[in-house]
Amino acid sequence: MVKFDIKDLDIRFASAHALKQVSMEIRSNEILSVIGPSNSGKTTFLRILNRLNDLNQNFKMSGTVKLDGKDIKTIDPELLRKKVGMVFALPLPLPLSIFDNVAYGVRMHGMKNRKALAGLVEGSLKEAYLWEEVKDRLNESAFKLSGGQQQRLCIARTLAVEPEVILFDEPCSGLDPISTAKVEDAMVKLKEKYTIVLVTNNVKQAARVGDMTAFFLSGELIELDKTDKIFTAPHDKRTDGYIRGKFG
Amino acid sequence: MRDPYRTQRIAFLLLLLATLLIVIPVGMIVVIIVQKGLPAINWQFLLDMPRQGMRAGGIFPAIIGTIYLVSGAIIFALPIGLLAAIYLSEYSKDNLLTRLIKLAIVNLAGVPSVVYGLFGLALFVVFFKFGASILSGSLTLGIMILPVIITTSREALESVPYSFREVSLSLGASKWQTIRHIVLPNAIPGILTGTILGLGRAAGETAPILFTVAAFYLPRLPDSIFDQAMALPYHLYVISTQVPNVDEKIRYGTALVLLALVLFMNLVAIIIRYKFRKKKKW
Amino acid sequence: MRKFKEFIIEKLILLCGLASIFFVLLIFLFLLKEGLAVFNIVGPFKFLFGKSWYPISEPPQLGILPLILGSLLVTAGAAVISIPIGVGCAIYIAEIAPLKIKETLKAGIELLAAIPSVVLGFIGMVTLVPLVKTVFHLPTGLTALSGSIMLAFMAMPTIVSIAEDALYSVPKSYKEGALALGATHWQTIWRVLLPAASSGIVAAIMLGIGRVIGETMAVMMITGNAAVMPKSILVPVRTLTATIAAEMGEAVVGAEHYFALFAIGIVLFVISFAINVTADLFLHKRQ
Repeated sequence: MVKFDIKDLDIRFASAHALKQVSMEIRSNEILSVIGPSNSGKTTFLRILNRLNDLNQNFKMSGTVKLDGKDIKTIDPELLRKKVGMVFALPLPLPLSIFDNVAYGVRMHGMKNRKALAGLVEGSLKEAYLWEEVKDRLNESAFKLSGGQQQRLCIARTLAVEPEVILFDEPCSGLDPISTAKVEDAMVKLKEKYTIVLVTNNVKQAARVGDMTAFFLSGELIELDKTDKIFTAPHDKRTDGYIRGKFG
Repeated sequence: MRDPYRTQRIAFLLLLLATLLIVIPVGMIVVIIVQKGLPAINWQFLLDMPRQGMRAGGIFPAIIGTIYLVSGAIIFALPIGLLAAIYLSEYSKDNLLTRLIKLAIVNLAGVPSVVYGLFGLALFVVFFKFGASILSGSLTLGIMILPVIITTSREALESVPYSFREVSLSLGASKWQTIRHIVLPNAIPGILTGTILGLGRAAGETAPILFTVAAFYLPRLPDSIFDQAMALPYHLYVISTQVPNVDEKIRYGTALVLLALVLFMNLVAIIIRYKFRKKKKW
Repeated sequence: MRKFKEFIIEKLILLCGLASIFFVLLIFLFLLKEGLAVFNIVGPFKFLFGKSWYPISEPPQLGILPLILGSLLVTAGAAVISIPIGVGCAIYIAEIAPLKIKETLKAGIELLAAIPSVVLGFIGMVTLVPLVKTVFHLPTGLTALSGSIMLAFMAMPTIVSIAEDALYSVPKSYKEGALALGATHWQTIWRVLLPAASSGIVAAIMLGIGRVIGETMAVMMITGNAAVMPKSILVPVRTLTATIAAEMGEAVVGAEHYFALFAIGIVLFVISFAINVTADLFLHKRQ
């Protein structure tokens, strides 16, 4: 089933042409890995999906992006971001306790019942494989956790608002291999319930985790195909070059 | 060719001299006031009403008047100033309007205090017919300290990392929710610092209250905000220049109380700022 | 419901954002309202350049040149004293002072800035004025010179802190480059840092001077109250600000004297506006 339908997406920031006529589909309950060198437009692309680019003054967009058939420009941004969650590159806990971090999103959407919140927090932390490590210290500051734990906290926080899509923006770039493995495991388990878009600089991670892979270069979508196809027999020479590490 | 190191030594000596020329007199001023004013300070001085045309007795009404004026000023300036700071920090774009607002703030900060007095007289005392009153004085002082409140609050808000806002919005919170739950609470120490600095400024100003509230000699406490009041800075001015034969230590004592009040507030603000910088968790 | 509340709050925020523009205009408006009336009695040229200020004589003489010169004299004197000392101190704090002393010095300067002007006026009255009287053998120590010295003290914290900021924000690479070429620290300061920070330093000076021109209480208590054309720096003078403060108490609301004092207010407002706008331009100039 098509979750996102993107047609002729073109993005400019002041004078920079960040995305050039990108068209593609993202299907539900799949992991789409987005790879490409720096400044290829991957993060810009990701941030379109939850309209975080709106925050930038100089942002100009043309083309359409549809979520479940509806143009995202017509959806209330708050509602869109509830449906499309994001995990950022650096672990970014809010300056609150662990419990309050996870509960933040749902509290803002109006949930007040303490018991319901507690249940939701526990469920989300379990889904992010963090519950066992923090269940006894939910009221401590989130900054006391290690980097890997903080990132899983951010995942739990995103899960708590019950999104349909989760965007991961290079989520393991600041993490050690063990934490990275834990986050990747969580991602694979999550695709059963959610649609996942993963932007990553780590080509091998993309191969491990993604069902589909998209290769961006200088703002253009060069190739989009099943992951094993991309990594064994890519159509485009540039895709091949990047995957082999000939440039980066 | 002259030895550049010799030149440097001379230059550095002169620069040190310049610094001492500022710092030493400041120290001397404080020492003189403390030395000569301390003998006058006792509970009677602080809590009594003035007598004999202010040659004897205490300065209680002046202290109370200053407290009323300063409180009134902050009640007016803090809400408006804080919201204006929120506008500049969270909502304003990089355009002409924002530049104009910032220019206006710079100008408000630079308007001479006596011109504020004129303005207060024309608007509050005469036009609105509030008369010379605590209300007029507080409002005038409030507008005067608005730039301080706005500037320090804005800096406090802007020092909250941008990433927190992005995270909050990405979870589906609205802009105002983000401000109210994430940005504001983490900017409170900075806002507090600015507020206290504003209070200190309001407490020490004379010219704005000359025609808007200050009473020459009011041996009773004000009854309402429409009443006139005495105030410490004006009181000091009057007993130094208008009233002959006031005991020297009463003059110094009044100066000491005013100075101590203002410096204390500044000190508190500096300490809050210092502690906040150390405690920042991010 | 929440959306509606937020809409109201955000409109309120916008309103307060515009408040500062509103107040500046309001101040100017009311000054004009009460001050322009004076030009029914005396033409603007005669007002600004008339040499006699006798507002309560019949008919009133409303020339403010002696007051302008009074302000100018006191300000110029303060500038001559405060600029070298202030900039010198800023350089010392920014470049030479050891780290521990730096914070104490900056706190000391902030303290000086916080002292109310009436307190400085009082101290000036009891220490500086008698001193000037004795040193220069004058009939009275209430002179422009005394005012200049005291006002220099009031300008210096502003000059020091803004100039120090300007020096601090010069990119480290400038300094490191010069030192790497073998220049001494002083040579680096004099030939590289100062020119690089010059627009900020100019702004600092302008804002300091702006503060001096607007000073009221200290001048009122130290410069004497002679509203006549000053002949030297060692005589009593009257500044624009002191005139308003001293005479408004006697002026009847609606009388010519009243309007004249507001007209002086307009002059002061315009001067401070010009200084502040120019200083702001200098602060935002990139070099």
